[in-house]
Amino acid sequence: MPDGTDIIYYYDGSFEGLMCCVFESFIKGELPVEIVGPGEHQVSLFAQREIVTDIEQARRVIAGIGNKIGGEALQFIQRSFLTCLPGKERSILLFLRKGFRVGQRIMRMPTDDAVNTLFNAVRHLSNEVHLLSGFVRFSIHQDVMAAEITPKNYVLPLLAPHFVDRYPNERWLIHDKTNSVVVLYEQGKTQLLEVEEFTLPAPDEEEVKFRELWKLFYDTIAIEGRYNPKCRMTHMPKRYWENMTEFQPGGKAGAENEKPRETAAMRVLPEAKRLVK
Amino acid sequence: MDIFKKLEILTDSAKYDVACTSSGVDRTAMHGGLGSTVSCGICHSFAADGRCVSLLKVLMTNACVYDCKYCVNRRSNDVPRTTFTPRELAELTIHFYKRNYIEGLFVSSGVIKNAAYTTEQMIEALRILRHEYRFSGYIHAKGIPGASEELLNELGMLADRMSVNIEMPSNDSLKLLAPDKTKQSVLEPMRFIRDRKIENKNELTVYRRAPRFLPAGQSTQMIIGATPETDLQILNLTEGLYRKYGLKRVFFSAYMPVVEHSLLPALTTKPQLLREHRLYQADWLLRFYEFQASEILDEKNPSFNPFVDPKCNWALNHMEFFPLEVNKASYEELLRVPGLGVTSAKRILRARRAASLDFDALKKLGVVLKRAKYFLTCRGKVKEGVRFRQDEVLQSLMSKKEFQMYRSSFFLPDGTKQLSLFEPPVVLAEDVQKCLTGQI
Repeated sequence: MPDGTDIIYYYDGSFEGLMCCVFESFIKGELPVEIVGPGEHQVSLFAQREIVTDIEQARRVIAGIGNKIGGEALQFIQRSFLTCLPGKERSILLFLRKGFRVGQRIMRMPTDDAVNTLFNAVRHLSNEVHLLSGFVRFSIHQDVMAAEITPKNYVLPLLAPHFVDRYPNERWLIHDKTNSVVVLYEQGKTQLLEVEEFTLPAPDEEEVKFRELWKLFYDTIAIEGRYNPKCRMTHMPKRYWENMTEFQPGGKAGAENEKPRETAAMRVLPEAKRLVK
Repeated sequence: MDIFKKLEILTDSAKYDVACTSSGVDRTAMHGGLGSTVSCGICHSFAADGRCVSLLKVLMTNACVYDCKYCVNRRSNDVPRTTFTPRELAELTIHFYKRNYIEGLFVSSGVIKNAAYTTEQMIEALRILRHEYRFSGYIHAKGIPGASEELLNELGMLADRMSVNIEMPSNDSLKLLAPDKTKQSVLEPMRFIRDRKIENKNELTVYRRAPRFLPAGQSTQMIIGATPETDLQILNLTEGLYRKYGLKRVFFSAYMPVVEHSLLPALTTKPQLLREHRLYQADWLLRFYEFQASEILDEKNPSFNPFVDPKCNWALNHMEFFPLEVNKASYEELLRVPGLGVTSAKRILRARRAASLDFDALKKLGVVLKRAKYFLTCRGKVKEGVRFRQDEVLQSLMSKKEFQMYRSSFFLPDGTKQLSLFEPPVVLAEDVQKCLTGQI
């Protein structure tokens, strides 16, 4: 197979779509210079081709990966697909080209460039998921728990199961502002929904009380004589702070002055559904 | 008293407790319940002092009948006193837990009335959590010395981990500073917990669903720097506790001068944070790196080297062990290399099965070579460009802070050696260069 063909693939941004790109690349015996998702079209000197997603074709590729390179590798590229690695699509294609050549052994070759790039990206993803499982902050709006996050990676598919184990009998949602998705959980079922605009209602009195109690606890638990902001920053990078209760400004007064957007917090869930693309 | 004031007082008096871990158990929510635990533990926040906040760490009450000299809650101290009712504490835990502020509850307590009554209050709070709220989150409870075995057992069936503080590194110090406690009163509950856990293990083999007693085991903590024990004594004690009592963790807490007393360091004394740090490093070597206490410190060197960490110190004193060949060394050997940790060593083992490794490959694996490069060869070769000049080596082996401290201790600003009553620590003088160049 040639190492570079002057062509750019466009696909619909789904995992199945990417699998069809892989299929196309193998059938045509070409290696695209780039694989580009929707909304990233650019003027370019290279030839372009739209790859149409064909679920049947995608299934064949996925089954092929499972058989030839193994389940571990399949899970690995599914995770790679969730990372924020620039050009992850082409990296995944490169990994699969190598994988189909060497087989299962590829998962034991972390120093190989094709593997290493994805390994590091997946590690970054897993770390972010682990950190967020602690840093997510829910607000309770009547009987719905809602949280907002701004992660770098597409973490919700990996983060949601943790909270399913934790709050199986509650109704909750997590809004990923970076990727404009919401995960909704209700009666044993999770749903991922794309949303365009989504705002949470203002907190009610009880919610404000517990936020203030938490801030009080957070400020009190630190020992002044051991003040060490650098150590804190290492463990909890500042980009997470914006969504964490303990770093929100203003006491009770601040929250009261804010004009309530929605009085009935119950509307949180229908609101999410209304905005589905 | 309103809940805000209560929480403030009871958090403030609990903050000197070190442990805030939530690891050791895997569990999902019960049917109709709330809460789960994961064995790796989860940090939910980090306080301004850089310590992890994982659990709601509070006292049941800060009223105490004891008069331990080092403690803010001692009877003779004039501070406002308050007590959570078991229900208040349980509800606060649930509200915090639902908002994902915390991984669970860490409940400790001053001794109110007597040990039995105090323990009963804690049991009641835990019972409300576990049985009324069907809460499966993490609970760490403090064992109060002097409580009966029945009560300890009851508490242990509700909590995930229990800790009984040994407080001071020796019996003499304990007698001096905590006249109401004895070594015996501390070790007895620890022994009971150990034996009860073994018994519970048998119950679980007979019946898989038998109720579990303290699934995350027990831990303890001691205060460092309020009393004259050497690092060697403390480390030997630590090793003994791990071996004899099967503890999961031993925590150290640099003494924060909170109280004026003739038997204690002055209020202006700085907490011995570096010493505490070294103790934790050594503790890690005991638990994960297969070191023995006697390899880290001995009668001749009863104190930690302030300038390099204990593992590096060991390596510098055992240069005959190095250099190690990355592609051949065993896991245990790799763990002895300064700069290589458990994760790096495991990655090396896994990667070298597919291909022999060079320094570039190590870098790709995320192995930090800053220190390790002086102790490793890849395919028989030392890393390119590594020079064994004393200044360079020392700078690599020490952190920035340690190196500055080293420079200012033994050298004048113009680089000449400072006249000092104390000589630089043996391994760090000219010997380093000799050692390293001679061996590698």
